[in-house]
Amino acid sequence: MPAVTQTREAVEKLGQSTYKWGFETDIEMDMAPKGLNEDIIRLISSRKEEPEWMLEWRLAAYKTWQAMTEPKWAKVGYPPIDYQDAHYYAAPLKKPGPKSLDEVDPELLRTYEKLGIPLHEQAMLAGVEVPEGERMPVAVDAVFDSVSVATTFRKTLEEAGVIFCPISEAVKEHPDLVRKYLGTVVPAGDNFFSALNSAVFTDGSFVYVPKGVRCPMELSTYFRINAKNTGQFERTLIVVEEGASVSYLEGCTAPMRDENQLHAAVVELVAMDDASIKYSTVQNWYPGDEDGRGGIYNFVTKRGICRGARSKISWTQVETGSAITWKYPSCILQGEGSVGEFYSVAVTNNRQQADTGTKMIHLGRNTRSTIIAKTISAGRSDSTYRGLVRVQPKASGARNFTQCDSLLIGDQCGAHTVPYIESRNMNARIEHEATTSKISEDQLFYCRQRGLSEEDAVGLIVNGFCRDVLKELPMEFAVEAQKLLQISLEGSVG
Amino acid sequence: MSQFLEISGLCAQIDADGQEKQILRGVDLSIPPGEVHVIMGPNGSGKSTLSYVLAGREDYEVTAGTATFHGQNLLAMEPEERAAAGLFLAFQSPIELPGVNNANFLRTAVNAVRRARGLEELDAVAFLKMAREAAKALSMAPDMLKRNVNVGFSGGEKKRNEVLQMTLLQPTFAILDETDSGLDVDALRIVAEGVNRLRAPTFSALVITHHQKLLDYLVPDRIHVMARGRIILSGGPELARQIDQEGYTKFLAEVA
Ligand SMILES: Nc1ncnc2c1ncn2[C@@H]1O[C@H](COP(=O)(O)OP(=O)(O)O)[C@@H](O)[C@H]1O
Ligand SMILES: [Mg+2]
Repeated sequence: MPAVTQTREAVEKLGQSTYKWGFETDIEMDMAPKGLNEDIIRLISSRKEEPEWMLEWRLAAYKTWQAMTEPKWAKVGYPPIDYQDAHYYAAPLKKPGPKSLDEVDPELLRTYEKLGIPLHEQAMLAGVEVPEGERMPVAVDAVFDSVSVATTFRKTLEEAGVIFCPISEAVKEHPDLVRKYLGTVVPAGDNFFSALNSAVFTDGSFVYVPKGVRCPMELSTYFRINAKNTGQFERTLIVVEEGASVSYLEGCTAPMRDENQLHAAVVELVAMDDASIKYSTVQNWYPGDEDGRGGIYNFVTKRGICRGARSKISWTQVETGSAITWKYPSCILQGEGSVGEFYSVAVTNNRQQADTGTKMIHLGRNTRSTIIAKTISAGRSDSTYRGLVRVQPKASGARNFTQCDSLLIGDQCGAHTVPYIESRNMNARIEHEATTSKISEDQLFYCRQRGLSEEDAVGLIVNGFCRDVLKELPMEFAVEAQKLLQISLEGSVG
Repeated sequence: MSQFLEISGLCAQIDADGQEKQILRGVDLSIPPGEVHVIMGPNGSGKSTLSYVLAGREDYEVTAGTATFHGQNLLAMEPEERAAAGLFLAFQSPIELPGVNNANFLRTAVNAVRRARGLEELDAVAFLKMAREAAKALSMAPDMLKRNVNVGFSGGEKKRNEVLQMTLLQPTFAILDETDSGLDVDALRIVAEGVNRLRAPTFSALVITHHQKLLDYLVPDRIHVMARGRIILSGGPELARQIDQEGYTKFLAEVA
């Protein structure tokens, strides 16, 4: 019926104009047939020229996954996912050499340009307001669908002894390190999605910072989902040795799609004595259109372990995208005096659903954790903060401070706070504060009287609300995150 | 008839718990360019409501009357359009914006009106220089620019911050709603000087106050007395002194 087509077109146009990153790159792909079975896993493993142990590992995870069922406890609803109806491997056919940008498919570079990915320093510096001298260089490892195609700043990192490469490469070149740590923080059987990831992961990053080394630059990976119907399963492993430190940035965008796309990443962090890992994410995957059609399903398992004494793991995330987000970056605080931090902004608009939060597991003495979670809901969206603070019997002197603030825009959205606190140690001190507020008419009117449009006013107030989290982001990301917050709330008032 | 600000028969009501409450009951007021007019009147007579209605607050429903600014129908404009057109309201109770840096807020506002007025936007450096100078002229501590908008400001600091915003936004018509309340004499003089610096043949102000003291510094052109949602009496500067000495009761009785 023409009327239906018209409506669809109109809706699509709306989506096009509101999602800035919706485009598709025309690059020849090497794709596995749809479906998931042992043969597909063997195919992935052979395409990646993996050693035998890796294949065995994958197959074992696949067996585990087959015996599991999808979790249903999160406060999100979505139609059942047909895991046989997706491609589990897609790679650009003309595989560019990773050594120099000249060898990279120009079409791909144009995609990066459209994305605003800072592949080389010039682009990286463009549009960012940081005074000279305060800037830290950023190394980018870009993941284009499943294969990491370009790694920059490799040399500087090599000189410092830092390994930063696609995980598929690490499997081949640093097998001992990968074998030693892979799956130690998030075992394959941890949950349904981590098992799936362990069986079929195609790429992601590997970072190793040796003893005493402060990584000389911020490491950045841009994930991007491009091909139709490819679930993306990155696997990231970061190991930081005694007294070493690293700051890692992860940014994600995806072009627009009609079908929902599954994304189930696993990130593992390991910090030894006095080591520190800062992991920042800005996630703006396609959230679906105004009616919730399309959009990414984002089921991610992120976990870090503070193995060493006085080690520190800090998660900062700004989540504005995806149709459904299911994500709980967590810290296992094992080393005495280790520190876990979680700073989060989650924005939902239209029909988006987010169930996100963190887990802080205090195992060691005098471990400390801080949770600052800001939730912004607009439209008919629904957002849940779900957090667990667990103090084990040996964790004397453990401390946690949790602050959950929700901001509602309009009266059709929902925000929920679900804090679980389990303390098995009398000495632990756990503080929890929660607030829910609305953007007041007074505030909007005040801003508009000063000349700001309603949307700019909302953007300003929302950014103010998120300030405690945004200030934890590296400068480059903070600027981007502020713009994103505003874009993702467009049309939410008035 | 002046084409600057013309208010005629303005009536406005508010929906208070499902009940329509009439507040403005036919306000007539005309302010020519270059003049400072004053509104005095007992608490609850509708002075703040008038300023909100002129600035475009949507909670108040205008049920009758007109208001034009430079011949334009003010009541049809969005609040931000009124701001861009040159209208500024110094709030009786300035609003707090948690987490929003004052300088950043001011710069966003200044650039928004500059854009709307067809002027070039100011970069961070140029803006900060201008803002620091303006703050200094108002004897404001430099750290006020770094703090969050009105959060934790004392009453006096909030009022000065309003005048700072006014200075930077360069309005042609400013409404000051009890900006002098709660200020000590020195602060009062500083605020008055802030207004006087804007005085020009193209600038007018509507000053809502209870006190003669501010008027000693401002030297107004006309005084209006408001009661029960209407301007009941207008006169020269001497009217303010009379009210200051004798109170409102006598005047209210005369018109009742
Ligand atoms: N938002 C509101 N809801 C209910 N009543 C209001 C509201 N705003 C003003 N009023 C009422 O309108 C009258 C005039 O208020 P206002 O304009 O603030 O007076 P003034 O500034 O002269 O003291 C008062 O009786 C006040 O209670
Ligand atoms: Mg008042």
